Amino acid sequence: MVDRRGGTLTAYRALLGAQARSQTAYRASFAIDLVGNLGATLFDVATVLVIFGVTRELGGFTLREALLMVGLSAFAFATADLLVGNIERIPRYVRTGLLDAVLLRPLGALPQLLLMDLPLRKVSRALFGLTVWIVAVASADLDWTPGRVLLVVLAPVAGAVFFGSVFVATATVSFFWIESGELANSVTYGGRDFTSYPVTVYGGWFRALFAYGLGFAFVSYQPALALLGRADPLGLPPWAGWAAPGVALLAAAAAAVAWRFGIRHYRSTGS
Amino acid sequence: MGSVTATVAPSTTSNVIRWFRTFGSIAASGFRRYSTYRQAALAGIVTNSVFGFLRCYLLLAVAGAAGEVAGYDRAQLATFVWVGQGLLAVVLLWGWTELADRIRTGDVVTDLLRPVHPVTAYLATDLGRAGYAAVARLLPPVLVGPLFFDVHLPARWPTAPLFVVSAGVAVVLSFACRFLVNATAYWLDDVRGPMILWTLGSGVLAGLYFPLRFLPEWLYLPLWIATPLPSLFQTPLDVLVERDPTPVQVGLVALQVGWAALLLAVCRLVQRRAEHRLVVQGG
Repeated sequence: MVDRRGGTLTAYRALLGAQARSQTAYRASFAIDLVGNLGATLFDVATVLVIFGVTRELGGFTLREALLMVGLSAFAFATADLLVGNIERIPRYVRTGLLDAVLLRPLGALPQLLLMDLPLRKVSRALFGLTVWIVAVASADLDWTPGRVLLVVLAPVAGAVFFGSVFVATATVSFFWIESGELANSVTYGGRDFTSYPVTVYGGWFRALFAYGLGFAFVSYQPALALLGRADPLGLPPWAGWAAPGVALLAAAAAAVAWRFGIRHYRSTGS
Repeated sequence: MGSVTATVAPSTTSNVIRWFRTFGSIAASGFRRYSTYRQAALAGIVTNSVFGFLRCYLLLAVAGAAGEVAGYDRAQLATFVWVGQGLLAVVLLWGWTELADRIRTGDVVTDLLRPVHPVTAYLATDLGRAGYAAVARLLPPVLVGPLFFDVHLPARWPTAPLFVVSAGVAVVLSFACRFLVNATAYWLDDVRGPMILWTLGSGVLAGLYFPLRFLPEWLYLPLWIATPLPSLFQTPLDVLVERDPTPVQVGLVALQVGWAALLLAVCRLVQRRAEHRLVVQGG
């Protein structure tokens, strides 16, 4: 029935519509969820302000400069979390057998899972992230060039794609290790925390692994440097900030491969 | 007095030894129950360690060249972070919805039929859980941290026993808070609102995001005395890193004990009020 392209889209729209209706059915609960999700991001940003309350600079950066990284990280992460974040519930889908049902339907498994559980309450978080980003850009006193205007728009998109890829890639671990529990959090939420501060804060192999091995430096640190026109104290060339979209596409490709590999090797728990 | 409820004191609890034996066996079963999730514990250890690195580097950068911030030196900050990462799973601020779920589904009725007070039974289970977490979740980051950072080791002898007491009281206090948040389900059915408020408030005000001493004194002092939140997390860690002289440490732990006793009493009161109005739907 849904083998035509239009039919597929209708099916996805039906899934999304059903989600929207069910989530907003209890208005008070939905409002509380909106506020609660806002609070989480609010505290992340407040933490940065508290930290700059006891120190003037962090890793060689002032509050204004660091705010660019926080804003970029918060906006990109909140957007990815809204659109793709719910994939982190996949251990439950595997355990309860919902994934089996999804795989039997003539639609893509990943879009189905995302749309079936799209957390509309996280919209407030993404909007707040956008606000922080706008405030950060406005207060950073940037030297505007056409390139930087483009980067201000492109960097959060690239960051969101990157975080989304991280969500999907780490979720595939659950295909092989159902009880992997919080493991994915160390890279997803860990990545968000990592990108909230200048990379210069971290040190040793930990910085090498997260910043360059996993690519988190290109989410907020390098684009912020490019916007500020600052040379990288860690020695990467100025164009590194422009590499963010490329890194995001690489991450998306890697996530797609991981997801396909995971689905192909998925064995039902038999529940 | 025709119905059997947990608030009608059964004769068995009058025997103190028997009471302790019951409490002990419930705690032991809690220990066993949580120790079955070994793989999840392993994944948790990895995650705690990653966050340990993140927070530790961050706070050390805050200390910066001066090597000192808000009364903590670098080694004290490292201990604060790494022990904190382990203590998080022991105190367990978040993720406990068992009571709320049982109230919603009506399973709570079986709790009321047992000859042990629900608050006591849940507390015993939680202490068993915390005991397992102390071995499986607290120990690993405590061992990993010193491999990569210079940590502060207690220099005064009363610190270690005080920390053990303080961590234990923090578990009881955290349980009491979680019980109260869950118990709102007796009245509300949907506990998402109180749960979200608790998750947000406890994280920031317990000292999880940043040590509370980073705040100005006029802010953190009233917070510490007038709310139980800093006693959940900040107190045991401040005691361990010897942020204050011994008399202040003792005072902080005494404050903790006061809060724990008060909130446990409130738990029993709330439970009694709830039982008077509880209507179990369905069958």
